[in-house]
Amino acid sequence: MKVPVSWLSELVDLPAGISVQELDDAFVRLGFEVEDVVRPPVTTGPLVVGRVLEIEELTGFKKPIRYCQVEVGEPEPRGIVCGARNFAVGDLVVAALPGAVLPGDFAIAARKTYDHISDGMICSVRELGIGEDHAGILVLGRDGYEPGTPAADVLGLDDVVFDLEVTPDRGYAMSMRGIARDLAGVLGVSWRDPADLPLPAWSGAPAGEVTVADPGRCDRFSMLALEGLDPAAPSPWALRRRLAQCGVRSISLAVDVTNYVMLELGQPMHAFDRGTVTGPITVRTATAGERLTTLDGVDRALTGDDLLITDDSGPIGLAGVMGGASTEIGDATSAVLLEAAHWEQAGISRGVRRHRLPSEAGKRFERGTDPEVTVVALARGAALLVEHGGARVVGTPVDVDTRGPRPVVALDAGLPGRVAGVDYSDSQVVEVLEAIGATVDGDGGTLRVTPPSWRGDLREPADLVEEVVRFRGFDEIPSILPTAPPGGGLTERQRRRRSIGRALADAGYVEAPAFPFLGTAQLDALDLPGDDERRRVVTVRNPLSEEAPALRTTLLPGLLASLARNLARGRRDVAVFEHGAVFPGGERSTAPLPGVDRRPDDATLAALLGAVPAQPWHVAVALTGQREPRGWWGPGRPAEWADAVQAARIVAEAAGAELTVRAGNQAPWHPGRCAELVADGRVIGYAGELHPRVCAALELPPRTSVMELDADALPAPPVPQAPPISTFPPVHMDAALVVAGRHPEAEVRAVLAEGAGELLEDVRLFDVYEGSQVPDGHRSLAYAFTFRAPDRTLTGEEARESLDRAVVLAGAAFGAQLRG
Amino acid sequence: MSGANDPYDPKQVAALSPEALDEAVRAALEAFGAAGDLTALAAVRPAHLGDRAPVLLARRELGALPPAARSDAGKRVNAARVAVTEAYDARKVALEAERDARVLAEERVDVTLPWDRAPRGARHPLTTLTDRIADIFVGMGYEVAEGPELEAEWLNFDALNIGPDHPSRSMMDTFFVAPEDSGLVLRTHTSPVQARTMLARTPPIYVVAPGRVYRTDELDATHLPVFHQVEGLAVDRGLTMAHLRGTLDHLARQLFGAEARTRWRPHFFPFTEPSAEFDVWFPEHRDGPQWVEWGGCGMVNPRVLRACGIDPDVYSGFAFGMGIERALQFRSAVSDMHDIAEADVRFTSAFGVEQ
Repeated sequence: MKVPVSWLSELVDLPAGISVQELDDAFVRLGFEVEDVVRPPVTTGPLVVGRVLEIEELTGFKKPIRYCQVEVGEPEPRGIVCGARNFAVGDLVVAALPGAVLPGDFAIAARKTYDHISDGMICSVRELGIGEDHAGILVLGRDGYEPGTPAADVLGLDDVVFDLEVTPDRGYAMSMRGIARDLAGVLGVSWRDPADLPLPAWSGAPAGEVTVADPGRCDRFSMLALEGLDPAAPSPWALRRRLAQCGVRSISLAVDVTNYVMLELGQPMHAFDRGTVTGPITVRTATAGERLTTLDGVDRALTGDDLLITDDSGPIGLAGVMGGASTEIGDATSAVLLEAAHWEQAGISRGVRRHRLPSEAGKRFERGTDPEVTVVALARGAALLVEHGGARVVGTPVDVDTRGPRPVVALDAGLPGRVAGVDYSDSQVVEVLEAIGATVDGDGGTLRVTPPSWRGDLREPADLVEEVVRFRGFDEIPSILPTAPPGGGLTERQRRRRSIGRALADAGYVEAPAFPFLGTAQLDALDLPGDDERRRVVTVRNPLSEEAPALRTTLLPGLLASLARNLARGRRDVAVFEHGAVFPGGERSTAPLPGVDRRPDDATLAALLGAVPAQPWHVAVALTGQREPRGWWGPGRPAEWADAVQAARIVAEAAGAELTVRAGNQAPWHPGRCAELVADGRVIGYAGELHPRVCAALELPPRTSVMELDADALPAPPVPQAPPISTFPPVHMDAALVVAGRHPEAEVRAVLAEGAGELLEDVRLFDVYEGSQVPDGHRSLAYAFTFRAPDRTLTGEEARESLDRAVVLAGAAFGAQLRG
Repeated sequence: MSGANDPYDPKQVAALSPEALDEAVRAALEAFGAAGDLTALAAVRPAHLGDRAPVLLARRELGALPPAARSDAGKRVNAARVAVTEAYDARKVALEAERDARVLAEERVDVTLPWDRAPRGARHPLTTLTDRIADIFVGMGYEVAEGPELEAEWLNFDALNIGPDHPSRSMMDTFFVAPEDSGLVLRTHTSPVQARTMLARTPPIYVVAPGRVYRTDELDATHLPVFHQVEGLAVDRGLTMAHLRGTLDHLARQLFGAEARTRWRPHFFPFTEPSAEFDVWFPEHRDGPQWVEWGGCGMVNPRVLRACGIDPDVYSGFAFGMGIERALQFRSAVSDMHDIAEADVRFTSAFGVEQ
């Protein structure tokens, strides 16, 4: 809502000398965010109203030029050359005299042009910096101002315009009337209500016959007829200027007047060409198959929820949203039907969205207008058309008014203070409620508050409390830290997520969260088979990109995209991780939409919560380039499949869970370099090198490695048990075994540990050898064993026996041979 | 070789003469002093302290002296032996110190060489900032509540007094999920966690709910379609706006320094009444101390309490919410939201493992 201070000052007795900043503060205090303060353009020097006395048409130049005698309040008129043609003798114009400087450092001087001395300039709106119009010069009209009057006041050049953001609950503030009332209230000054108009003594027949078939959607519908309007009559400058300041384009007098009254009173109106309206008017919802071509020329299919204004010809307007083309005011319209109504807010809201027709009128109706002012607005609009367009009112207004009594809210006078934590006196509470226009009965104890007609949003005590606190100001509220009861701290799951993130970061991975949207192309690039469960997605009906309409079922596409982006930006060694929710698709029930007047019953609540699908928390890493950099210490180490598998172990360890790694085969991994990650007997993820085809499809470096697992599936950690710490000396022994390559090392190691028995403290693989020293298809696995007894110094012989048992068991299980 | 009972032979005991002993000591001191290193010292040792060294030979000759002379000569011999031994030890200590100093000097390294063999990772600043905020509230006794990102429409809107025709439910802001009657949306704020919490618990309730939220805004320098909020909710007997202010002021001080505080502007949220937007005074702003807009807050609307089964005549509550990206933006001077969203490791690494 744009608010010119000059307009405001006509309605509010602003304190003398109030500054722009003080007004700004007052608006913010009222809850109107100041989005912008538009200051007028800077003009210096003599800029005055002039009257054109004579026009001499100059010929012989490339374009027609006028040499004018302009009266500027001096003994003699000034001769001014002008290229515009949109004015006549007798018109009042704005003349910049020599010495004036217009916006853009445009200095005016007497100079010779077209063989005449031009002693100044007749200005256009654009030259004055108050608008874009440059089609001709600005004509102020034929009377109303004396030549020589400083033009700054006339033009509103000293005017500041506040652009205020009005929240959706405050429809009343979408008008000068509403803003003026609130501002006067908070400043404690008097004001004049522009809706407080004496209605004229109309006489004659009503403007037409009106039936409102759906009073639930329209509880007041008023119309007034006018005739004899001069279709060519221009809107007066002052009106055009205000519309421009408020961001409304001037169109014609009839339309400008409806817009002006809307800005002033908050009541949007529609002007029909009365000559094109046939028969009685009916306000009703649309029937199947009905269509309406609206003012914007769009032929619209209507639904049963669309509320229409109709005549004998059918729909002539989409109520409160946009008028119809068939009854539009035209260049020759002299008979006008003005309509002002009060529409149910939600219905307008639905219509605006259904037809994608946001408008100034729609914005106001959707937020709620004052049903009390429909006829006042008609009277105000009619008066302006009479004054400026020579129109005459025909008969009396039609006014279909089916409103019920206004609701009364019972308010405990102490409630505002109890909510705010401030001691408001009863009289302070009453004072505020009266300032916003409410009627208050009772003093002390329970107040019976009738909210004003323009405040449909005030329905409950809490709504009134808000008004009291807002008017008294938030600055009165003290700062007191409440004492919460002792809490339980973070949950296991919350701590686990943090631990996992920290562990991966400590291990060199950088967190790279991605937007969780994907499309078929990304899943195809991963080479997922057609029946892969990751292809069962939840789709968004209105995605930002048609290429990515689905919610992620895997973190890999987003993570690999982040990896690729970093590579594209010139990074060579990248290790990234993400942890977050994934959204598996599949069968779902529909979530119910219960009422909100009380808690849903247990069955409904269970259905509601049950309809929200599980969204497991996944962890993934991706890496490429050097895992360890080269340096003065030697060469680097390239990232490889083993890093991805190790990342899974790091995650499991951070979560305090046991993880088993075994060979797996799953897209998008390399079939020979894919580890299946098993926890608690369940496969919870995979790690290893990407399939070369996937690397190629995603244009990633070969051997890019990834891991993804379901962190929620990691079992809860058991309470750690302390191991016995023996202080007797250990025996260290190494042994290498030759084993067929098909046996996973982890299994060999497990069997060795089993065979070695209780004296084994640790067994660690320190070398793997494949080559000519061992038979084909075999490898040598070298282990370092640590043996230790809990109660004595172990002898070498005892350790040797343990080791022998381990080797024998490995021999039996895998045909493992001790390497000599 | 003379034994104790051998006859005294003055020629053989010439080694016991004071002159001879002095000469032996002088020669030893000279030899030790001339030894330039430990090897040289070790080489001359046998001649002065070995079995055949003059002072040791002299000591063996003592037995050949008559008892009357033995005591006197014994003292001299002993003094000479101590002098030689001490000279040797002193020289050895000196030479060892010299050697140690030399070796350590030779082992000198350039301690400024880099040793970043294990690359360091980082958590995203959104994560660490979220944790930091959560920790402040946990310190106050709050618990961290959670809810799903794919959420029931009823919890995201209806339960929060956002009726079916509220503009924010339109296609303009919300990601809706197929099919049309799914009743699910991508949550547009963390506020449904409020509703979930109130439906699941009984007051007193003090929770904070960080999480990811969604709006149908195109990504640009100031907008993100996917971003993060932290929601706070307290429901208890007798809670007032003063308690809300106290809580937000405390958060501001913990996060932005002792000078920080909040300033409120009336606003509108369907789920709170009264509602306010709040600014925080941020002393360390890149462009100097100033107020920055941060979040919204208010007293829980009684309609919301009723929909969640809490009696608004007995309990009152306050709620607040703020954007994590927004906080990161002004706290760490991030000028473009792309940097927060694009996972460039240079951006994230700058914040370190734990910020």
